[in-house]
Amino acid sequence: MSTLEIRDLHVSVETENGPVQILHGVNLTVNSGQTHAIMGPNGSGKSTLAYALAGHPKYTVTSGSLTLDGEDLLEMTPDERARAGMFLAMQYPVEVPGVSVSNFLRSAKTAIDGEAPKLRTWVKDVKTAMDNLRIDPEFSERDLNTGFSGGEKKRHEILQLELLNPTFAVLDETDSGLDIDALRIVSDGVNRFSSGGDKGVLLITHYTRILRYIKPDFVHVFVGGKVAEEGGPELAEKLEEHGYADYVGEGAAV
Amino acid sequence: MSTATETPAQHGLAAHSHGAGTKSVKGALDRFASFDVADHSVPHGREEEWRFVPMSRLRGLHDDAALDGSDYTVAVDVDPRVTATSVGADDSRKGSSTYVPVDRPSARAWAAAEKTFTVDIPRDEIIERPSVIRLTGTSADRGAAGHLVITAGRHSKSVVVIEYDGSSSFVENVEVVAEDGAELTVVAVQDWADDAVHLAHHHVHVGRDATVKHAVITFGGDLVRNGTTLNYAGPGGDATLLGLYYADAGQFIENRLVVDHNTPNAKSDVEYKGALQGKSAHAVWVGDVLIRKEATGINTYELNRNLVLTDGARADSVPNLEIETGEIEGAGHASATGRFDDEQLFYLRARGIPEDLARKLVVRGFFASLINRIGVPEIKDRLMTTVERELAVAEELAAEAAGDA
Repeated sequence: MSTLEIRDLHVSVETENGPVQILHGVNLTVNSGQTHAIMGPNGSGKSTLAYALAGHPKYTVTSGSLTLDGEDLLEMTPDERARAGMFLAMQYPVEVPGVSVSNFLRSAKTAIDGEAPKLRTWVKDVKTAMDNLRIDPEFSERDLNTGFSGGEKKRHEILQLELLNPTFAVLDETDSGLDIDALRIVSDGVNRFSSGGDKGVLLITHYTRILRYIKPDFVHVFVGGKVAEEGGPELAEKLEEHGYADYVGEGAAV
Repeated sequence: MSTATETPAQHGLAAHSHGAGTKSVKGALDRFASFDVADHSVPHGREEEWRFVPMSRLRGLHDDAALDGSDYTVAVDVDPRVTATSVGADDSRKGSSTYVPVDRPSARAWAAAEKTFTVDIPRDEIIERPSVIRLTGTSADRGAAGHLVITAGRHSKSVVVIEYDGSSSFVENVEVVAEDGAELTVVAVQDWADDAVHLAHHHVHVGRDATVKHAVITFGGDLVRNGTTLNYAGPGGDATLLGLYYADAGQFIENRLVVDHNTPNAKSDVEYKGALQGKSAHAVWVGDVLIRKEATGINTYELNRNLVLTDGARADSVPNLEIETGEIEGAGHASATGRFDDEQLFYLRARGIPEDLARKLVVRGFFASLINRIGVPEIKDRLMTTVERELAVAEELAAEAAGDA
């Protein structure tokens, strides 16, 4: 079993007007085999948590700790974190012109595994994963995320999740902007990933909709840069009915 | 999108066109042009068109240095259906693009070129193999003038590649005429030796419903200045203007474009990308798009991106959109100059790809996306090899800088 442990995490982000503190002491423990949903209103710091976990250079951890099986992730570069087993499905995947999807996937797989994948099985694995996510095979030759629709970008993130097969997946609003069919396809992909072994999922979302397809074991409500309430799946149902109104006042006071 | 005023998202329209635009339309359309050299005064460097140029490195080619040199050879490799030959200066094809010289070097080359080199693609012929014209300079001592006219006959389809290498002080005019319905790709590859100076003016004349892809690729030379102007012979023309330049230490590369939308329902798409490395490497890109009153229903976009790979290099980028009619489909432009895109690097690194490899992928991708757009597989590998050679220099410079620190 693996454990991702977030302790009293304080994070600031670089802005034009200097650093702004976004996270004010986040505590969270995710064990492999578990799915945690992080829910919260806009601006509550959900995406900041995602970027901080992945090591985005614009986000600075000002205090607290972040460990994966006791290893200090904060000491690691973004690529080292990925090789240690972390994966971030991004809310806004970046376009990289001139780098084909197939070249990118192969480079990433080689980096994660420490050796180039065997050509024959790799081609088959990619094809199967693309079929499962209803991604057109010609996608392989397109430039990475370039000109992809919103839904295509999200499916492509999950394609990488399945092919790179990390220990912990952080999904940053993977559901936003998806129609119901795409949401199902993407959710099926996440469920295939989690059922494939001892995997942990941190599902960041604004809406409860995706939780009909991906069942969380724990729900954390994020407000004002920290966890305001935690519970089981029933907490999501409460949010479905009442929204974030109960929390926002508290957030403003932080 | 139907009118200019309703498109705030299109940066060019909202930000530039009104006010300042209307005034400069006149200026740009009234831009001086004449065949007579005497009508063009000698530029001194303070003029708008010359303000970036290191005038002292022009070798007098803008003034009155001799243009009677002949220290170059021309090699031709074309399909038998294509005619590529040297004819007299009085040949009727000279001037058939409607071009009138817009600056003194261009007017001087027009007057001085003793011959006209013509490339003719016959009507209705579809010619897969690129026609290659290679000019190799053998000395930069004496100024030389050239004139090239490429004519793509009606409904023909073809690719013409013009390659330059060696040493030269070369001033030339290139006319590109795509007759009605023709599909023509013209690629100029300036792979000069370090001592070359090249002042080129290309004028592209796009026929009714013709499709033209025009690309200028600049790697070598001490000073290379390309003027590219384009207008339409009828409605429905589709023009793509691409450029790729790589400025090394001490090198000056300038590209100035004027797309003149003078007919309805035409399209233009401009994308120039450049990389700069080394002390006082300097690249200039100035892109003007004029949309005349009669150019209703047109669509235009221009984009310039510069990748500054080391300290001490300078890129100037000036996009400009001038609009006389609001009855257009779309118009916009964008310009960006900077170092590596941190977001692209982060994305690759978040997938486990180490920083140095991520950098290589992003930078090669920067060039590959443009080279792919040119779409001439016969030259793709060679261009990427040249890019690799240049990048090796950048990586060396970066390693030295790291060593110093």
